[in-house]
Amino acid sequence: MDVLIYLIPASLFLGGIGLAAFFWALKNNQFDDPEGDRHRILNSDWDDEPKP
Amino acid sequence: MLSLPTAHCAACISAVERRLMQYPGVRDARVNLSLKRVSIETEPDVRPQDLIEALEGIGYEAHELDAEALAATAAERESRDLLMRLAVAGFAMMNVMLLSVAVWSGAADATRDLFHWISALITLPAIAFSGQPFFRNAWKALRVRRLNMDVPISLAIILAGGLSLYETMQGGRHAYFDAALSLTFFLLAGRYLDFRTRAVARSAAQELSALEVPRATRIEEGEERAVSVSDLRPGDLVLVRPGGRMPADGIVERGESELDRSLLTGETMPVFAGPGMAVSAGEINLTGPLTLRVTAAGEESSLNRLADLVAMAESAKNSYTSLADRAARIYAPGVHLLSALALIGWYAATADLRLALNIAVSVLIITCPCALGLAVPAVVTAASGRLFRRGMLIKSATALERLAEVDTVVFDKTGTLTQGAPEPLALDRHPRERLSIARALAEASSHPLARSLAGAIREMGIEAADVSDLEEVPGHGVRGRWKGREIRLGRADWLGAQAGEGTATWLKIGDEPPAAFEFKDHLRKGAEEAVRALEAQGMEVILLSGDSETAVRRFAAMLGIGRYHAGVRPEEKAEIVLGLAAEGRRVLMAGDGLNDTAALAAAHVSISPATALDAARVASDIVIMGSDISPLGETIVTARRARARIRENFAIALLYNMIAVPIALAGYATPLAAALAMSASSITVSLNALRLRR
Repeated sequence: MDVLIYLIPASLFLGGIGLAAFFWALKNNQFDDPEGDRHRILNSDWDDEPKP
Repeated sequence: MLSLPTAHCAACISAVERRLMQYPGVRDARVNLSLKRVSIETEPDVRPQDLIEALEGIGYEAHELDAEALAATAAERESRDLLMRLAVAGFAMMNVMLLSVAVWSGAADATRDLFHWISALITLPAIAFSGQPFFRNAWKALRVRRLNMDVPISLAIILAGGLSLYETMQGGRHAYFDAALSLTFFLLAGRYLDFRTRAVARSAAQELSALEVPRATRIEEGEERAVSVSDLRPGDLVLVRPGGRMPADGIVERGESELDRSLLTGETMPVFAGPGMAVSAGEINLTGPLTLRVTAAGEESSLNRLADLVAMAESAKNSYTSLADRAARIYAPGVHLLSALALIGWYAATADLRLALNIAVSVLIITCPCALGLAVPAVVTAASGRLFRRGMLIKSATALERLAEVDTVVFDKTGTLTQGAPEPLALDRHPRERLSIARALAEASSHPLARSLAGAIREMGIEAADVSDLEEVPGHGVRGRWKGREIRLGRADWLGAQAGEGTATWLKIGDEPPAAFEFKDHLRKGAEEAVRALEAQGMEVILLSGDSETAVRRFAAMLGIGRYHAGVRPEEKAEIVLGLAAEGRRVLMAGDGLNDTAALAAAHVSISPATALDAARVASDIVIMGSDISPLGETIVTARRARARIRENFAIALLYNMIAVPIALAGYATPLAAALAMSASSITVSLNALRLRR
């Protein structure tokens, strides 16, 4: 059971990264238009380079 | 910022964005499909009107929105804040759940205690952060000695956390950390959904006020120009048409009219207004066009009062008690009573305070309104989302419930069942002089016939004649004076003419026999389908119109409407609606004009198209954003299904409580049972709500 000493902090840390990524996405307006993003993936504008 | 009610697909996005980017002076355009809006960055000299026309050219309807009113507001921040708390609760819940699974599957002694301690370390800060919205609301309610849904919620969360911590310190077997967190998580999810739906409703209200006044008609060197209200400066000349609200405070330069000042003074009697009189923003110009010299413009005058008006219209409907409120009123005291009884009963029976507390808390957790908290928001969100995709904006929170009760539908004809843009026929039959007089008279009115006539004559390149003493006689027409002769434009019976078959407005110059301008009004898209769908649902459809008997009869026959009232004056519309209500009917009123406003406010639920006059939109609960009204029939079906789902959800929650509460009272509830029951009921309720999306 000694492995728990490593595993529990490791799992908490990995989860924490996920949480931090979510906060980042939220702060960067990634959830402003889920409906539009769903459709945008289908059109070929800006496929080669990101929109300036 | 433009509203795009008909955008719905990937092709729409690229078509709209490409068209706008081609337009000279547009720097950037981005469509937001969730909100059906496009935000555009332009050079300062690009007029929104031109962009709207460009979009109409490729087949998309667009309306202008006031960017300032829609800018990221407190609501936006609060919704993010809730989402953040939701994420923290979810994160903590998953981790604690993992540890709990280990405990449930048999971890014992030191391992169990260790796991409990780690759970406590994760749970307590997570609850302290995520539970704040509940704690704050509960505290607010308690301070004024009231109970709301948040009181049992907060109590359950805090007691579950506190008791589990105590048990952990004592090395006890049961800890409810996971329950405390999943409670917080599920309830936050419900709260977030609820908030988002209401934010949509609120932004709809904002959008409407954004659609409303930002445009004023400024007179610049004899030319009328539509400008944004925020561009008005003291000293400007502004034309206010009848039915319009004063965009700013000012002094009347030209024109005579009556003003509805009820917004400001509470007096319902219209006040006469003439040159030299001071008027305030927000007053409604009733009869004649007024030219104002602006004395004060901007935030402090018009916009604030407009927001108040929207709020007033909304609060007038708030007396309706929703299903959720009724449930909460029975629920909160019941739960506390039950849990207190459990505590007293078990303490009396066993004299073991720790056991009694454990059981009381498990009762509190198990009865806690997880499913109840989700029952209404999940359904309302699913239903509103579905209707939003069809182009219906639900402004009021209880509109869906009220809509489900409707059994009679009253339609206004012009502008609601018809396009409201009737086109004059065969104008070239009339001499130029008559047309120029007609233009002058017609421009003074906001009646759809007059506006269309004025527009058509303007397009022919004919100037307006110099007409003085313009005055709109509500419900009849416009009167003026030209070269010393009285001229009148209006309804046939007012001018002593024989009403013909079709829709027409008549012009009488002096003693000459009246001349008719005939119109053909196109049926609004989807009108037939809407009426047929409503009748198929067993509703009685009634048509009201100020038009002549023959025209209305023909129109009603065309749509298959059996009951109609022709030649109805504005105040009679409200009387008819109130009369129906007195018969015990639930009336859905659909109307768009100033003359419908009273009827819209009097009806149980009201709908108006986005093209409606501002006052009508403010008074109605639901706004149809597109020009197609065929979703109307489906809207009522959706509302009825939504109400059925809400009731089913309450039944599910009740059933679950009926099974779980006796178990908890008997002292057999374990944290595992609580977690299973709670998740199962919450998920059932959400899935049931999601069925509405199809």
